[in-house]
Amino acid sequence: MLKAKIFVQLKPSVLDPQGKAVSNSLHNLGFSSVFETRISKYIEISFDSEDKARTAQETEKICKSLLANPNTESYHFELEEC
Amino acid sequence: MRVSIITFPGSNCDHDAYEVFASRGHQASMIWHKDHDLMSPDLVILPGGFSYGDYLRCGALARFSPIVKEVIDFAHKGGLVMGICNGFQILTESGLLPGALLMNSHLKFICKHQHIRVETANSPFSNGIEPGTVLDIPIAHKEGNFFIDDNGLKALKDNDQILFRYCDTEGDFTANPNGSLENIAGIVNIKRNVLGMMPHPERAATDSVSSKDGRKIFEAIERYFDGGN
Repeated sequence: MLKAKIFVQLKPSVLDPQGKAVSNSLHNLGFSSVFETRISKYIEISFDSEDKARTAQETEKICKSLLANPNTESYHFELEEC
Repeated sequence: MRVSIITFPGSNCDHDAYEVFASRGHQASMIWHKDHDLMSPDLVILPGGFSYGDYLRCGALARFSPIVKEVIDFAHKGGLVMGICNGFQILTESGLLPGALLMNSHLKFICKHQHIRVETANSPFSNGIEPGTVLDIPIAHKEGNFFIDDNGLKALKDNDQILFRYCDTEGDFTANPNGSLENIAGIVNIKRNVLGMMPHPERAATDSVSSKDGRKIFEAIERYFDGGN
């Protein structure tokens, strides 16, 4: 079995209102050195496969076709055995 | 005209749209998202709601419903498609319209009357409406904050694709309910046969509601099919 650990995040140029709200709350809590917060999605997908190269290709396709919106988001992932 | 209204799991404005078109004497059909037949429509409506519970991203999963393939083919052949609210989100996710709808800048769901300004009469959905006309159309969304990159925005402007902008009662851009880029509330594709808009004209088109400004958009579509444009 292989597990893909996938991160999907808003591109730097895209405003992240959730991250901004969290930053404000952190400031209110006294964490005055917090400069910026960005919220990402973390997705795990398990594959019934041992073929790393093929699974990496498939994960790439999955990210492109569904998990990330290319207009606003970027992604990266790592594969590990599980 | 023949109007096909698509129902996704989680759509909740499909019946409102049906009611408006049926009451105006059109042949309206409700189409389930798993169907493959659009029933030879003149116009397809992707209604508002929360398709697939807005999971992953609004509209991202609805795009893979079987009927959406038919909608994309229909649009590529020049058929008129109108996506309202969640329908707009589905159109951007499916690539029929550029850009994306992000979370409102203030993070809140908004449900209220909102004025929008008609920016161009050059579309089947706005022909005959004087540019600058202010319409009172309700909005109800949490992800309506339109975003597109600089090149995309330039293309929208160069090609006169921005149909509606949020404004105040005077038509000035002092009011922006959701942080939308340049107050954009609705756009058409480059061929001008696909419209996406966050406001709900179907909620402002029957006798029982206070604003009837949504009728102006439906009348424009009727004019288009009557040969007015």
